[in-house]
Amino acid sequence: MNKNNITNPLERRRVQFGYSQNDISKLLGITQSQYSRIEKGISDPNKHLKKLSDIFNCMPNEVFQGEILREIENDFINDPKNSFQRLFHKRKSGYVHLNIQGWFTKKQVINNYKMLINELEDWKVNEYGIRWKWLTMDEPNWAMVNFPKIDFQDIYYYSAPKTKPKLNSLDEVDPELLKTYEKLGIPIKEQEVLAGVAVDYVFDSVSVATTFRDKLADEGIIFCPISEAVQNYPDLVKKYIGSVIPIGDNYYAALNSAVFTDGSFVYVPKGVKCPMELSTYFRINEQNSGQFERTLIIVEDNAYVSYLEGCTAPQRDENQLHAAVVELVAMDDAEIKYSTVQNWYPGDKDGKGGIYNFVTKRGNCLGKRSKISWTQVETGSAITWKYPSCVLRGDNSVGEFYSVAVANNAQQADTGTKMIHIGNNTKSTIISKGISAGKAQNTYRGQVQIQKNAKGSRNFTQCDSLLIGDQCGAHTVPYINQHTPSARVEHEATTSKISEDQLFYCLQRGLDTEQATSLIVNGFCKEVMKELPMEFAVEAQKLIGISLEGSVG
Amino acid sequence: MSLLEIKNAHLKLDDKNILNGVSLSVNKGEVHAIMGPNGSGKSTLSYMLAGRDGYELEEGEILLDGISLSEMEADERARSGLFLAFQYPVELPGVGGMSFLREAVNSRRNFLGKKELDHLAFVKEARKEASKMFVKDEMLKRAVNVGFSGGEKKRFEILQMALLKPKVSILDETDSGLDVDALKIVSDGVNAQRNNENAIVVITHYQRLLDYIIPDFVHILSDGVIIKSGGPELALEVEKNGYSGLINAA
Repeated sequence: MNKNNITNPLERRRVQFGYSQNDISKLLGITQSQYSRIEKGISDPNKHLKKLSDIFNCMPNEVFQGEILREIENDFINDPKNSFQRLFHKRKSGYVHLNIQGWFTKKQVINNYKMLINELEDWKVNEYGIRWKWLTMDEPNWAMVNFPKIDFQDIYYYSAPKTKPKLNSLDEVDPELLKTYEKLGIPIKEQEVLAGVAVDYVFDSVSVATTFRDKLADEGIIFCPISEAVQNYPDLVKKYIGSVIPIGDNYYAALNSAVFTDGSFVYVPKGVKCPMELSTYFRINEQNSGQFERTLIIVEDNAYVSYLEGCTAPQRDENQLHAAVVELVAMDDAEIKYSTVQNWYPGDKDGKGGIYNFVTKRGNCLGKRSKISWTQVETGSAITWKYPSCVLRGDNSVGEFYSVAVANNAQQADTGTKMIHIGNNTKSTIISKGISAGKAQNTYRGQVQIQKNAKGSRNFTQCDSLLIGDQCGAHTVPYINQHTPSARVEHEATTSKISEDQLFYCLQRGLDTEQATSLIVNGFCKEVMKELPMEFAVEAQKLIGISLEGSVG
Repeated sequence: MSLLEIKNAHLKLDDKNILNGVSLSVNKGEVHAIMGPNGSGKSTLSYMLAGRDGYELEEGEILLDGISLSEMEADERARSGLFLAFQYPVELPGVGGMSFLREAVNSRRNFLGKKELDHLAFVKEARKEASKMFVKDEMLKRAVNVGFSGGEKKRFEILQMALLKPKVSILDETDSGLDVDALKIVSDGVNAQRNNENAIVVITHYQRLLDYIIPDFVHILSDGVIIKSGGPELALEVEKNGYSGLINAA
């Protein structure tokens, strides 16, 4: 539908902002047919004018006057900086009621606008509507996790370091920041030199240092903060962002789409094998701040990249929300290996504090014989809600998911994957290892869907659960939808405990209980650990040991 | 002073008396064999010594090199120099043999105040000892005891003993499940470690093993007490007349 041909001003506004009638009716708390009658001018709109004006960023008396809105919009697009000032002044004088005010904490509104103007340019501004999309949705409640309702009014959606210079090398980085990294045991300098890892730091959502970029640039590889990519490679970003995970995919993805402030962008051109592992360390620092980074990785024909995502957060009392979105796109014969080690603060023994990790990750195997491989070691967070998935669109494409999820004390993990087989002879492998200790609940939730045309496709799933102690729980929830007779799906699941015999055997060799547990658990996870890049594997092994401390004996 | 001293050990399992006052002194350089019929308390004795959960002494005392073990957990006892070769070595899926050995050895070295061995030094040492026990490199790469044959499991136990260099080793039915060739390899491995500083306690059902590992003393355990002690000839007497003759005589 061409929105310029719509004569009804309200409908036109709605379409401009990318809403369905259903979306708006939900926001107004009325039925769709009631709304439809308002839109057509049959019912009296007065009762809803205030809300509609909020949604459409205008004064109540302007709701049915399409032109004014467009003026503001064009104004914004043509000259965002001044437009912001104009808008802001108007807002202060009470003339323009900004629609974001309702849920951005006041302190952050200004920052957010600066961000919009400085970094995300007009295409993001056009997505005002995106913000409201999120409000049309409900929080999912199907996962096996329990937590008090999040007050979305009380979250800082954007926080940047006070001074925000662009840095060329690590020497220019705030020494305090480097100290924090050191405490966390991340040997930055060593990694740069020894391992040849290019690190793109995301510190409270804003990247402060990017390394090795020149070397990568020689190969034609782009590795930069997504805020820069928006400015420097707008066509690439526009083409692919939201292509794997649409704005309205799920509640938290919609939230991220509305408020993401930064993240990483990777582009590997045709035929290039990325010579080093790309790595980003994410941190959550400010209390009550959410981290909403956005990652987009595009790998062209015959190209390869391995991407490492490591996460740490210092101890905080209140729950913090992390709602990231990661999108991967692999073309013909391309391969993406995405590895995560996540050890965010899980809260204390009684479940006080800790990170809510509600993340949407999905890869699109668009090309023939393309391959996307997810490997994750999840030891942290109070609640993990995460399902890195593969859409196997290209014929003969391959999707893999290797996962270790450790939950101790009061942690809750509901994690798994989706493998959507669309192309012929597509293959997927799922190896999931869940470890529960203390009072933790650990759920594997996975979907394997073989669509009608995915002839000769195959899936193998193995879910193993290990219980430590007698108060924790392990759950396996596989969904299998098979629509092709020639496809084959296999599912294996086991549940076991660390046996007294195993523990005694290790103790008798002089290992203490924690060492023994760590050794046995790491043995249990070995199939997954061997998929991790070497330096990550060592760190992950230690982490698993640390996160299970005190769970036995 | 004895290297291992068991004084009047009493132990109950599920309210049933299993050990009823076992006393035994083992000196440096000695090999003792403890023989007894099924249910006499042999395995309980070895678990008790090693400090397995649930095998705490009701009464009595055990000393290793003069230090009481009663208050020590199993891992402390092991690091102090007590080794138990298991009758049924336990499988540890996914745990590589080499890394398991290294963790164990470094725990013991830490306790002794020695520097931990780095990866290369350790691998060298482990391979040297392994070759003596006919344990191939390939076996050290596999998960501990997983898919090992009976003989391989026992060889791996003795390899651990060789690397840990314990003060006192208890071999619990080490001959079970071994054919003659394997028995010889394992026994040679044990004999190679006999010296004037350590001691070995062989717990066995049959006299057969004692043809290969020749003990200085033989003790007969029955109903949780040692009813008779003697030299190697006592084992031959068991072989000839069975346990019943000895038990009746006592």
